[in-house]
Order: sequence, then structure tokens, then C-alpha cells
Amino acid sequence: MSAVSVREVTVAFESVRVFDGLSIDVEQGEFLVLLGPSGCGKSTLLNAIAGLLEIETGQIWIGERNVSWEEPKDRGIAMVFQSYALYPRMNVRGNLSFGLKMAKTPKAEIERRVAHAAAILQIEHLLDRRPDQLSGGQRQRVAIGRALVRDAAVFLFDEPLSNLDAQLRNELRVEIKRLHQRLGSTTMIYVTHDQIEALTLADRIAVMKDQLIQQLGTPAEIYHRPVNLFVAGFVGSPRMNFIEGRLEQAGNGLAFAVGDRRLPLDGYEFGVRPEAGRPATLGVRPEHLAANGIGNWPGFTAEIVEPTGADNLVLCTDGALSLEVRMPGERTITPGTPIALGVDAHRVSLFATGSGERL
Amino acid sequence: MTAAAPAGRRPKHVTWGRVGVYAFLICSAAFFLLPLWIMLLTSVKTMDEIRLGNILALPTDPTFQPWIAAWSQACTGLACDGIQVGFWNSVRILIPSVILSILVGALNGYALCFWRVRGADLLFAILLIGAFIPYQVFLYPLVRLFSVLGIYNSLAGIVVVHIIFGMPIMTLLFRNFYSSLPRELFNAARIDGGGFFTIFTRVMLPMSTPMLIVATILQVTGIWNDFILGLTFAGRENLPMTVQLNNIVNSAQGERAYNVDMAATMLTALVPLVVYFVSGRWFVRGIAAGAVKG
Repeated sequence: MSAVSVREVTVAFESVRVFDGLSIDVEQGEFLVLLGPSGCGKSTLLNAIAGLLEIETGQIWIGERNVSWEEPKDRGIAMVFQSYALYPRMNVRGNLSFGLKMAKTPKAEIERRVAHAAAILQIEHLLDRRPDQLSGGQRQRVAIGRALVRDAAVFLFDEPLSNLDAQLRNELRVEIKRLHQRLGSTTMIYVTHDQIEALTLADRIAVMKDQLIQQLGTPAEIYHRPVNLFVAGFVGSPRMNFIEGRLEQAGNGLAFAVGDRRLPLDGYEFGVRPEAGRPATLGVRPEHLAANGIGNWPGFTAEIVEPTGADNLVLCTDGALSLEVRMPGERTITPGTPIALGVDAHRVSLFATGSGERL
Repeated sequence: MTAAAPAGRRPKHVTWGRVGVYAFLICSAAFFLLPLWIMLLTSVKTMDEIRLGNILALPTDPTFQPWIAAWSQACTGLACDGIQVGFWNSVRILIPSVILSILVGALNGYALCFWRVRGADLLFAILLIGAFIPYQVFLYPLVRLFSVLGIYNSLAGIVVVHIIFGMPIMTLLFRNFYSSLPRELFNAARIDGGGFFTIFTRVMLPMSTPMLIVATILQVTGIWNDFILGLTFAGRENLPMTVQLNNIVNSAQGERAYNVDMAATMLTALVPLVVYFVSGRWFVRGIAAGAVKG
């Protein structure tokens, strides 16, 4: 049985219908990330699960209950928002206990739960402060604490880290992951447009675009075997290199051809083996273009070098093709250095030109 | 190394433009203050001095007798209890009207903004149109309606009238203020289990202080200065201070006591004046708060 089950849901959103019967199942204790660019429907889906948006058709199940028509407070969920949404006129203690007071929880129980949540998030010393006396990171901790005291089976996160600076984002990301491991059986659904957050936090990622789930899979599947050009381009930084070319017959197998260059595809797992001669797009991640001087694609030169500390990102060109390559940071490369690239057919992705689907 | 002087001429602080601006501001201030000044002067002169006709001259023998007379002795028709009767009537009208009209406006604004009422935009448009129709148009129908309901010529009647006529502007004020708050705050409160009224009283109202102050200023001055609604709906027993003032100034018996009239007028204007002086700072802050915080 799944913890959250979205079945054939359509949402009427200000007279526009979104989701044409969208379905997704989340297992108990799973960390699911909804990843996509703005406007892809990820927040709409989350709000529909929370009950903040009415669904037009379909059903939403949480645990063993059909909650499609239930009020948000009755769904057994807790939610953390991008703008923290702390009640500005209450102190931290008031913010944490508001929901429990609404639910008429006994006073001792409220105190116990607030103390417990504050201890987990290390905000005990802030309990008597007001939100405007807190820093951004502290506010988001309080917002997470407010979700924590509800003792909910499902946590919903709506871009909780987007308003924080890079350093704090990393810290709180770890914190959220720790929280998930610590709570064990709590299901978490997390909306973000940040692929690093998605890859680091998720058990499974649902990549969304245009109100549709493009791919649902583990971070490794999403990263290494993207189902289409959109997923391949959206996940991964720096972006995957795309090379337009053709498939050619080469002996018993196929080879990818672009200009005079060939890449034998013997090691590539085709979904359905395509016929030779069709145009295709080759996708190679920057770290999979080994530049050790013994590559099968010689004749490139370094054009631009971007050191990032651990790695150097080198834009290599041979006049026709420009490819981004990730090289170890200790190797110094100056623009103009000749480079031979090694492409491994095991690690590339091939997409049909036109439809963009994986071959 | 020598310190190089900055290039160009040192910026001047006194320019002709600036002199012009100050001259204009001083003239306008004098223009608006002059009537107030004359009223103040006249109200502390004796009638003998006023008859000399020198309205700008300082009083030779300042007296507060006219103020006392205006407060407790001036006559309207046969009754000679001064303007204090009107003052207390106005206070009785003011307090419930201000509190209730602000509450109704805040509740309207909250409901329209957060609860996605079907046709909320249309409702709001209709309410705003109400604000642009001259309210003399409503007088007769309302009088008929109120007499059917049995609240014509009563305190309840005039309070209801003020609530109705304050509704469009109060709703507009609060709707726009609530629109500037993040919707996520409302969503968070819903997930926490707040209902329609709980979210309003526990989360939204405590955040509305700047708007509550602006609304109070608008309603206190508006309702205090009202004449025609009070005259029409309040009934003889509850005539507000403005109507009473008119009756004192226009009572056509004997000599016209300019000093008492002026004192009575000053007394009537006192409440709005105090409101402005006390809360002017808040008024500006309240209007700016919505713009800056976004």
C-alpha cells in the first residue's frame, strides 16, 4: 500500500485545466522529489495533495483514506513553504504550537512536542523570539519545526530552501536529509527546481514539464539513463553535451556518425534497436569525456577553461563541435592546448531527433 | 603627492529653485492656516471688540467665556444646553460605527482575498461602484427601508447607515492590504487547522495594525464630520454635533454671537484635529507600509 496515491487527477486552476489525469504513487517512508522548471505544475500537484487546491476529477489517497474532499488539516500532512510563512505576530513557541492549539491538544502534550521538535532542530534558545528577530536559516528551521510538531505521516516541502543563500542551503539540505533518516517511516514529498537538491535528497525523482511527469526514477536512473532530451538537459550541471548526427551501419552493429567522427555503439543498450541511417542526438555528460590524450576523438583544442576548484570545466572545440569537458582540477590546462577526447559508448545517451525520446 | 581638488564647482545648497519652492510652501501654508487663525482670534474676543471689525487684530482682553458659552449655554431653538449635547451624541454614534465598519470591511477584504469566493471579483467591482454613486441617491430608499424595519430615527439606524456607506472604502483598503501578504501564510494557517474566523482573528487581524490605524483615522474623521446622514437618520434625540453646530450658528434670534459661533465650530472640529495630530505619523506609515513591504 502506498503512503500517498494520486489517481488520475485533474485540477481546475483559475479556469485553466491542468494535469490530464495525472497519477503517481509514493511509498511509505519514501523521499520523493518533484523536479521541474517553473510552471511545470509541481507546486500545483503538491497543493492538490495538501488540499489547498480543489481537484476537478480523480482521487487522492493518503494512507488508507480517500482524502480528495477533505480539509487540509484532516489529511494528516504537514507542510513547509518557500517563504517560511511564519505567523509574524507570534513568537517561535506560538508558531510551533498554533496548530496543536487549533486541534485542542492538551497543554502538557503541546509542551512536550514543542520541546521535542525544538531539540531536534536546535532552536530551543529561540523559542521566545519573534520571526522578525530570526535569520533566514533560523526561520526555515522554525517552519520545519512547525511541521514536525504535527506528527504527520506525510511531509510536504514547497521549495523550502529557495530563499536561502548557498551556504545555508547546503546546511539545511543535510538537516532535512538527517530528519528524514531519523523519522524513518515519514513520507516526504519535496518540490524544487534545483537539481542538486533533487539528486542529493531523493529516493525517487519525478521530473516534470508541461504538467506531465517526464520520468520517475531513482537519482541514478534519472542521471544516467534520462528518458528524453528534456530530462537529459535539465538534470546535471554543467549540462549534458548534445551532438546532432546519424546512426550508421558498422559491421554487425551501429555507429554514431557526426562529420568524419564515428562512435561504435557496441556497448550501448538500445531500448528498441533502431534502423541504420536515422538522424539521432548523442548526449554525453562532461565528466564522461575522458581527456587523457589517448581518446578515440582526437583533434580538439581547449578554448575556455573554467576552474571550479575540484574540477576544471574545459570547453573544447574542433571547429565544428563544441564540447564541455570536466577534468581533474590538479591538471593545469591553458587555452589552445590540443586535447583528445575519449567517448565511452556505455555511458552515453542516444535520443531520436525530433521526438527527443531515448533510443 | 598633492591632494587633488575635486573637479567642477562645489554644489550649491541654496538655489533659486529651492527659494521658489519654500516661498510657495509658505504661501500655501498661510493660505490654509489663515481661516483657522481668524477663528481662534475671534473666539477669544468679546463682542464689543468684534464689532470694531478688525478681524486680524489680536484680542486686547482675551476671554474664554465664549468657549464656555458654546459648550454649555448656546441655544438651539428653545433648548439652551450648548453644543455638549451634540458632542455626546456624536461620540455615541462614532464609537460603534467606527468599530463595526472597520470590522466589516476587514472581514470583507479577508474573505474576498483569501477564500476564493466564486465571483469574488464581480462582487468587489459591484461594491466599488457603490462607492462612486452619490449617496444622496440612497437617502430616500433607505429612509423607507429603515422605517419598515423600525430603526429609522434611532441610534441603531445611523450606525447601520455608517457601516453601509463605509463598507466600499474599508473593503478596498483591507482587500488590497491582504493581497500584499503572502498567500502561503494563509495556507500554513489552514494546514494548522484554522477555520474562517480563527485565521481572521488569530493570524490576519494581529498583522493588520497599520491598516487598522489608517481605517480608524478615515472613519473617525469621516463619521464625525458627517452632516446629512446624521440629520436624516439619527432622529431628533441623537442629532450629531455637526447638525447641532448648524442649529446654533443659524438660530436667528437676537444678536449673532460670532465669538460663540467660532468657539462652537472649533469645538466641533477638535476631534478630527486631535486625530490628525496624534496619528499623522501613523497615517503616512500605514499608507507607505503596503507599498514598501510588497
